[in-house]
Amino acid sequence: MDIIFEGIKQALSLLISLDPEVMGITWLSLKVSGTATLISLFIGIGIGTAVALTSFPGRQIVVGLINTGMGLPPVVVGLFVTIFLWRNGPFGSLEILYTPMAIIIAQAIIATPIVMGITLAAMQQLPRKLQLQILALGATRFQMVWLLIKEAKLSLMAAVMAGFGGVISEVGASIMVGGNIKGYTRVLTTATVMETSKGNFDVAIALSVILLLFAFAINMVLTRVQQRKRPR
Amino acid sequence: MERLTRLTWTFFSIFTLLILCGASTADAAKVQPKQKNIIMATTTSTQDTGLLDVLIPLFEKNTGYFVKTIAVGSGQAMTMGSKGEADVLLVHSQAAEKKFMADGNGVNRRLVMHNDFIIIGPPSDPATIKQSKKAADGFKKISLSKSLFVSRGDNSGTNAKEKEIWKAAGIQPEGQKWYQQTGLGMGQTLAVAAEKKGYILADRGTYLAMKKNLGLDILLEGDAVLLNIYHVIEVDPAKWPKVNAAGAKAFADFMVSKQVQGIIKTFGIKKFGSPLFFPDAGKKVEDLGK
Repeated sequence: MDIIFEGIKQALSLLISLDPEVMGITWLSLKVSGTATLISLFIGIGIGTAVALTSFPGRQIVVGLINTGMGLPPVVVGLFVTIFLWRNGPFGSLEILYTPMAIIIAQAIIATPIVMGITLAAMQQLPRKLQLQILALGATRFQMVWLLIKEAKLSLMAAVMAGFGGVISEVGASIMVGGNIKGYTRVLTTATVMETSKGNFDVAIALSVILLLFAFAINMVLTRVQQRKRPR
Repeated sequence: MERLTRLTWTFFSIFTLLILCGASTADAAKVQPKQKNIIMATTTSTQDTGLLDVLIPLFEKNTGYFVKTIAVGSGQAMTMGSKGEADVLLVHSQAAEKKFMADGNGVNRRLVMHNDFIIIGPPSDPATIKQSKKAADGFKKISLSKSLFVSRGDNSGTNAKEKEIWKAAGIQPEGQKWYQQTGLGMGQTLAVAAEKKGYILADRGTYLAMKKNLGLDILLEGDAVLLNIYHVIEVDPAKWPKVNAAGAKAFADFMVSKQVQGIIKTFGIKKFGSPLFFPDAGKKVEDLGK
């Protein structure tokens, strides 16, 4: 148990002293996972809304696939992204394996189905008649979709948090496609794994505490947006 | 309308912030000229001991190359090399290395350094291997007493050495109840062995680096078969044109240079009381440990 207190103490001292390496790792984690979440929002909310509001043959299968994708194992994503990005693989000429960009791609693939699935559920939960009502009031299709998205705000913010939470805490894909390269692709989770395997449990705990602190801070901001009272 | 504006603004500001972050990440990735990148696949032990944290920055400063160190087991490192996905390897799995070279995957295999493997276990030593001199005898006793043995099971150099010793002892440990495979790196497998009070074959460097948390003792050491020898191999650019041959050569030359060999000689003395590796550049494998 002592080691946990030791770790928390070390986390605080690393934060207060603004340890450049830890700051770099933390900043990279936030940048990479933030960007990946952003990409997943565009794709996930876009496609999720489209699937929710339309009907087409095979729709159930598509919904089933999206829902399965919500549980996509990061290591599986990591493995496939690695193979695709290999120098001698299909996208080898881009030379982005073992770069932060590769981690962003892998994390975006992990987060997109999560955002999509929650968006889909949120949009389908809105009363069907709302759509007709909005259109009857003379709104264009785009305005209608925009109003529906706003109506589902509570759930969509949950989608943002779930997507971000999924990728900031993910390690399997990051270590495979990023390589855990010091000062370049080392993020909080991969650094934690490495310090654990080095036997530096105190440092590993310190990094975990920092990860949790930042995840909490970001979710608090998002929660504030989500829970804000609607102006009358 | 006010609500709409405010919400839009909120979303917009979050998006912009994130886009800015994304853009700067993309820029950071572009700063490194592409031919400057070297992918160096190596074993976990070189990273877990901290040796690479000393050597890589020095190499980068000397040459301007940027090294992407991918620390995996020696087995995976060589697979990466044989697919042309790495430029240079720093590995310690002799038989596999010879096969790698025979298959025409690498050029210029050079001896860098060695340390040794040790058999460690609980201080109580239930299998009494401490009295044995030969590693194979120790393994035999472990199997006879059915004491727990924790194996890497990951085709790493250490794992390959372990299999070699089991073979010499004439024992097929796989599938036995007392034989557990973790599939993890050296450090993590050591932690598992410590927790379960099992026997384990480890490289001395990682053991010394982790000793403080383990509570396991060295029970058998010094057998010639336990030598742990590291080679640097450049991946053959004739086979894989995308390999950064110049960078690989520069790194390999660096590893056997006088400066680095000097660093290796003293690395770890301050922290652990004894060196973790012995520099061997220019020597012959047959002369090691004499």
